Amino acid sequence: MATKTVIASSTKRMTFWEKLYLPEIAKGMGLTLKQMFQPKFTREYPEERYEPAASYRGRPVLVQEDYGERCVACGLCSRVCPAIAIEVQAAETPQEKERFPSLFEINMLRCIFCGFCEEACPEEAIVMSKDYELTFRRPEDAIFGKDRLLVPVAKLQDRLEYLRLYKG
Amino acid sequence: MELIDVIVLVVKILIVLHIFLIGAAYVVLLERKVSAWIQDRVGPNRVGWRGSLQSFADVLKLVLKEDIVPGHANKFFHFLAPVISIAIAISVWAVIPFCSPFTVFGVEIQPTIAPNLNIGILLLLALSSLGVYGITLAGWASNNKYSLLGGLRSSAQMISYELSMGLSLIGMMLVMGSVNITTIVAQQGGYWFGWLPKWNIFVQPVGFLIFLVAAFAETNRAPFDLAEAEPELVGGFHTEYTGLKFGLFFLAEYGNVILMSALMTTLFFGGYHLPWVEDLPFFKDHTGLLALAQFGALFVKALFWIFFFVWVRWSIPRFRYDQLMNLGWRVMFPLALLNTVITAIVLAAMKSS
Repeated sequence: MATKTVIASSTKRMTFWEKLYLPEIAKGMGLTLKQMFQPKFTREYPEERYEPAASYRGRPVLVQEDYGERCVACGLCSRVCPAIAIEVQAAETPQEKERFPSLFEINMLRCIFCGFCEEACPEEAIVMSKDYELTFRRPEDAIFGKDRLLVPVAKLQDRLEYLRLYKG
Repeated sequence: MELIDVIVLVVKILIVLHIFLIGAAYVVLLERKVSAWIQDRVGPNRVGWRGSLQSFADVLKLVLKEDIVPGHANKFFHFLAPVISIAIAISVWAVIPFCSPFTVFGVEIQPTIAPNLNIGILLLLALSSLGVYGITLAGWASNNKYSLLGGLRSSAQMISYELSMGLSLIGMMLVMGSVNITTIVAQQGGYWFGWLPKWNIFVQPVGFLIFLVAAFAETNRAPFDLAEAEPELVGGFHTEYTGLKFGLFFLAEYGNVILMSALMTTLFFGGYHLPWVEDLPFFKDHTGLLALAQFGALFVKALFWIFFFVWVRWSIPRFRYDQLMNLGWRVMFPLALLNTVITAIVLAAMKSS
């Protein structure tokens, strides 16, 4: 089969006014001048905060009910965590066959916010919150214990609702 | 030279130096603000009222940074390059008149560091063409391929555009019949037809256009910033500079922007002249106030051109190297020559008639 070679020309034919260049420059500068008075897109962060949607995966937290944490210290989250950020140590409660985490730590420097812990949890005890403001002064501060992980259930209604609707 | 003359001179130098330094700091802020506005952003607004102290924070940061000299770099020339850049950027200010002469406490003051210098424009061109040494030396002394490329590019570019710049001014000099900047500004004071200010832009529009483009090339600003060309050369000639030495290059760049704006105003837009207003009878016996008003006029005119520099930088893409040379040698140079010749012919015809 005979093929015909077509040489594509990348140079566009320009009119005289385009070749003169100056009118085109003036046009471009007019555009940028107009753009200067357009509304700005900047969100001025500390004053204007971003309110994430329920599907947002922020810092993982433990759900706290009136009677204490939901967590039963099964260790699935720790097991599924790809970044090995979670450490759980179980202890027995006074009730029979019931356990609770005597130690629950998430190293926020390791956490990659994948949400696997939330997916693995059989008790819906660990969920991703909307909290994205994570700053530490020292590496030790980045290891969150139960004191900082427990969040009252009332504050997590958005996420729990979302999980009920969409979680597999 | 009497003592009073020395004092006046020192005060003038101090004032000009401070205008230069603070002006350069604020042009940096203007650049950041204008670039932000053009890109639909807000720009620096944290330090001081609406970011008004941002430039001082920037300077403080640069001062506190570590000064690193790369290994195998020529330490002496590495140090010398920013000094040359900044020294030249400052020294050209000596010939720019800020307002018409005035009298304070019985002392008549010429508001220029070197008033009535009879080689004004020549000195100015000579000094500004020395600026290429700073950049080329910086590129060479850094012992870095990218820096060297940036330095070489800028030397070729600045030498090429130096020509058009000089030629673009010749037409203006022919019309004015002088190279003394003080005289040139003074001659732009009158009116044609009783209302149109006698600014050189109206006689030499082509000359001005060439000077404008050459000024962009001389200051190594976009669209001719091939010496820095971030996407190609990392930082160009100042890749290996940190801290205060980088700060000096930065200052020299913005200082040159202010200088070129002031020059354009001085040579083509009537300098410090404030048309119509300065002829008011009120100013006849208040020369001090007149001087202040004229300084304000120079400031506002120069500010427009500074804004223009910034505006162009954020509007027009960088030229390719061959395009730059083509424009310089095949468009600007013949155009400047033509402008000179036509001006000369017209002037000769007017003289003989």
